[in-house]
Amino acid sequence: MTPSTAAAVSLDGTTVAFRLAGGRTYTAVETAQLSVEDGEFVAIVGPTGCGKSTLLNVAAGLLKPAAGSVRIFGQPLAGLNREAGYLFQADALFPWKTALENVAIGLEVAGTPAREAAAKAQQWLTSVGLGAFGNRYPHMLSGGQRKRVGLAQVLIRNPRIILMDEPFGPLDAQTRQIMGNLLLDLWNADRKAVLFVTHDLEEAIALADRVVIMSAGPASRIIGDWRVTLARPRDIFEVRMKHEFHELHREIWQTLKAEVEKTYKQAEAV
Amino acid sequence: MSRLGLLALQLLVAIVAIALWQFFATVPVFGRILLPPFFFSNPVDVFSQVVKWFSTGAIWKHLAITLWESILAFAIGSLGGVLVGFWFARKPLVAAVFDPYVKMANALPRVVLAPIFTLWLGLGIWSKVALGVTLVFFIVFFNVYQGVKEVSTVVRDNARMLGMSERQLMRHVYWPSALSWMFSSLHTSVGFAVVGAVVGEYLGSAAGLGYLIQQAEGVFDVAGVFAGMFVLSAFVILIDICVTLVERRLLVWRPDAAEGR
Repeated sequence: MTPSTAAAVSLDGTTVAFRLAGGRTYTAVETAQLSVEDGEFVAIVGPTGCGKSTLLNVAAGLLKPAAGSVRIFGQPLAGLNREAGYLFQADALFPWKTALENVAIGLEVAGTPAREAAAKAQQWLTSVGLGAFGNRYPHMLSGGQRKRVGLAQVLIRNPRIILMDEPFGPLDAQTRQIMGNLLLDLWNADRKAVLFVTHDLEEAIALADRVVIMSAGPASRIIGDWRVTLARPRDIFEVRMKHEFHELHREIWQTLKAEVEKTYKQAEAV
Repeated sequence: MSRLGLLALQLLVAIVAIALWQFFATVPVFGRILLPPFFFSNPVDVFSQVVKWFSTGAIWKHLAITLWESILAFAIGSLGGVLVGFWFARKPLVAAVFDPYVKMANALPRVVLAPIFTLWLGLGIWSKVALGVTLVFFIVFFNVYQGVKEVSTVVRDNARMLGMSERQLMRHVYWPSALSWMFSSLHTSVGFAVVGAVVGEYLGSAAGLGYLIQQAEGVFDVAGVFAGMFVLSAFVILIDICVTLVERRLLVWRPDAAEGR
């Protein structure tokens, strides 16, 4: 174990740029400064297209920043982030594998014997509430069930950092809340560093220890960082009723609103 | 529409068609036979020819040869298609270099190759297998190539984040994706394997269904030609049913394969 003083993820002056056709460059994120402590749940909120997911891909090692550094538990990140599990926004399950095989694969590729991996996978499926669905293929599951399988697929590898890219975005409101509570339960049992990207401020406050706001793109920056002091363990349904929740929501929304409006203006101008 | 009713209607079409054929081939209409037996034969003769083939057992040898040629053409063509498809998809430079030649070879009507194959490989089964291979190869090749290329980036990124090495990516991601594309073209490629075999036989051979048809045609035995065609159709339908069964087993994970058909 690396010393616990080092942040799980630390982005320092991280800039991400893409080369466009015609030789121009598009700066998605500019000099981002962000650190996620071990065991901390951080949510990134920003208007659509602000580069939230880009930042997550940088932390995952899927994208290389144009400038600045990425450190994982104090070590500079080279290549893929082996400490991290990534729950994608889009469906990322292997359609040709059953739910059980999808969950077990992360252990199998790491060399765990098939039988042991399957047993562990069954446990994980049970803990995400899909114990009886192991032999279903992804297309036979609902959107919410697929997300549960995805969650189990990521968590079974016991990553020290969990990256989530609007994981519950495509789900309906009720399913989102249920998934949020499931996530909080699992996280409470074993606190990892979580970097959770969403465009839903309420979801962010309800889940996270810290809410980070990004400005409208291009060249978006981190423009705000709030600590959420709501008591844990939380229930997503109930926490929204609390006075403290509303206060915080109003305060953060003041900042976020301006950015969301900027994004809409840009969209209209185009 | 119930299944039974549908089947009855389907049978009705065949019965009406055969009845009309028999009628116009034997009964003069306004003093003229509309389907002269010399050109059209008639269902009774065709049927008795089919029965004769099966009762004497003469047909089995030809069926076996055609089947064997088709299987070989399918197996060899598929194997080549999978290997080359994978290789091209993983090595874009190789694909780019060979691209015009692949297009050229695929654009060539394969029938013109038959004389060459006969010249090279003789009148035995291998010249027919070769013709079938040239047909099957390209179908499988294009599908596998596409299958490897079209793996969604999210699924691939997910696989990498789950710790898969390049080899494991091959096995757990690219391979199943390519196979699913290949199997989705199974009906076409199996069909073409049979086409290759029969056309090859027709153009020059000593056995097989194509040979049978060609022989009958050579002596103006129209009943024999039609009988050969019917046996061939039945043969292809049987093979197609087998393919459907195989497909159902292999593609259970696909939404359309599990529910449809």
